[in-house]
Amino acid sequence: MHWEVVWDNFDYFLWGATKFDGTFPFIHDVGGLLASIILAVLGIFFAFWIGMAFGLMRLSKKRWLKLPSIIYVETIRGVPLLMLIFWFYFLAPIMLGHNIPGFYSSLIAFIIFTGAYIAEIVRAGVMALPSGQLEAARGSGLSQTQAMMFVILPQALRNMIPSFVNQFVSLTKDTSLAYVIGVNELTRTAVQVDNREMNASAEIYITIAVLYFIICYVLTSTSRRMEKQLSRYQARDR
Amino acid sequence: MNYTFEWDVVLSGEYAEWLYEGFVTTLQISAVSLLFAMLLGTLICVMRMTPFRPLQWFALAFTEFFRNTPLMVQVLFWYFGAYLVVPEGIMTWLNELYLFVPGPFTLFGHEFVGEWLLLNVEFFSGVIALTVYTSAFIAEEIRAGIFSIPKTQLESSRAVGLSFMQAYRFVILPQALRIVVPPLISQSLNLIKNSSLCMVIGVSELTFMARQVESYSFRGFEAFTVATIVYLCISLVVSLCINMYNKHFMLQVKY
Repeated sequence: MHWEVVWDNFDYFLWGATKFDGTFPFIHDVGGLLASIILAVLGIFFAFWIGMAFGLMRLSKKRWLKLPSIIYVETIRGVPLLMLIFWFYFLAPIMLGHNIPGFYSSLIAFIIFTGAYIAEIVRAGVMALPSGQLEAARGSGLSQTQAMMFVILPQALRNMIPSFVNQFVSLTKDTSLAYVIGVNELTRTAVQVDNREMNASAEIYITIAVLYFIICYVLTSTSRRMEKQLSRYQARDR
Repeated sequence: MNYTFEWDVVLSGEYAEWLYEGFVTTLQISAVSLLFAMLLGTLICVMRMTPFRPLQWFALAFTEFFRNTPLMVQVLFWYFGAYLVVPEGIMTWLNELYLFVPGPFTLFGHEFVGEWLLLNVEFFSGVIALTVYTSAFIAEEIRAGIFSIPKTQLESSRAVGLSFMQAYRFVILPQALRIVVPPLISQSLNLIKNSSLCMVIGVSELTFMARQVESYSFRGFEAFTVATIVYLCISLVVSLCINMYNKHFMLQVKY
């Protein structure tokens, strides 16, 4: 057993070679667990808006709004994330004419990928509300948009919070895939240290598995608790 | 965007063969892992529901740990770090293990002649990682399905005079299966998609082969398009299966 290898490199696992200075974006060469978390947070933030747009589009009755959303969601959900990461990795240089860092191309892949799943969450969340809510809102004189904005979405979004947390957890796990295109996140730092030391593979991989586990488990149990609390105040069909 | 597509490069000759081999390997690794994952998942679920506490805790720890760690790390662990949990003797034995592949017959254009082949350690570790990861999800799906059947169903069937096993066999499981099977089918689709991660340890499945074609021919777009379409077709077939199942077995609620 060589746990001292893990101990000596533990700070590298946590933040890699991250440097802070005064020039934009103030943080450079993010690595390790910090990079994983930043990727996941940025990914879920942008994916939320994309997912919101496509989820609502899919609920619309107009076919020209519905169709793009169906194609987007079903295509992305049918393809492995690894494939998407490769797509954006090879697509970016050809589209832009120059290379972009793996960090950004993997971030784009995460956003597009998670967006499709969030679109499904949004759709399911809105459809789970009793139809009486929309009918009553329309009946009291609100337009469709107003009814959505002031009656449906505030309730639906609150009920969706646990699903968003779960999606964030699976995105956190999925950031480990960015390793294959050379983003210096937690899994890659582990592989680097493993390749350098050669004698402590099991210890290293167990350590980073535990690091991922701590984050994901805390979030999963929070979302489970929230789900219980929220279900008490949900509008129901009677 | 100035890129000229040359489809015939990847759709014929050696590269097409590679992609085809990758497709077959993807199916193989997914089928083997799915079989084991179903067995292990059921076992874990049964352990979770036995009235014996330590078994429950073990099953709970198993599902929580493997659901909350990335598959990538698990794949790397089972390939590079398995020496920690597998005794050295077994490791050496596995590395020198010859398996008999029966033959002669042709399957998927693959000719089996009936020979002893060295165990493919990458494939083997990939199967273990996929099995363990997927079984944690499967166990949860099965448990959720059984829990969604009201407790009174079991109690009343016991009161009617069925034994515990009979109650499960004739009352609980037929109802639970209707709820469990569709998520299980979508788990198997997830498994097929997740098998692409095995490329990092060198299992030559579809994504690995697409990558290899890209690095040999610089025809990344074509290779990845082919692989993407294959994955899409697989997922289309699987979702058709779910729809067909739902059409046949879903409860038609009538008021």
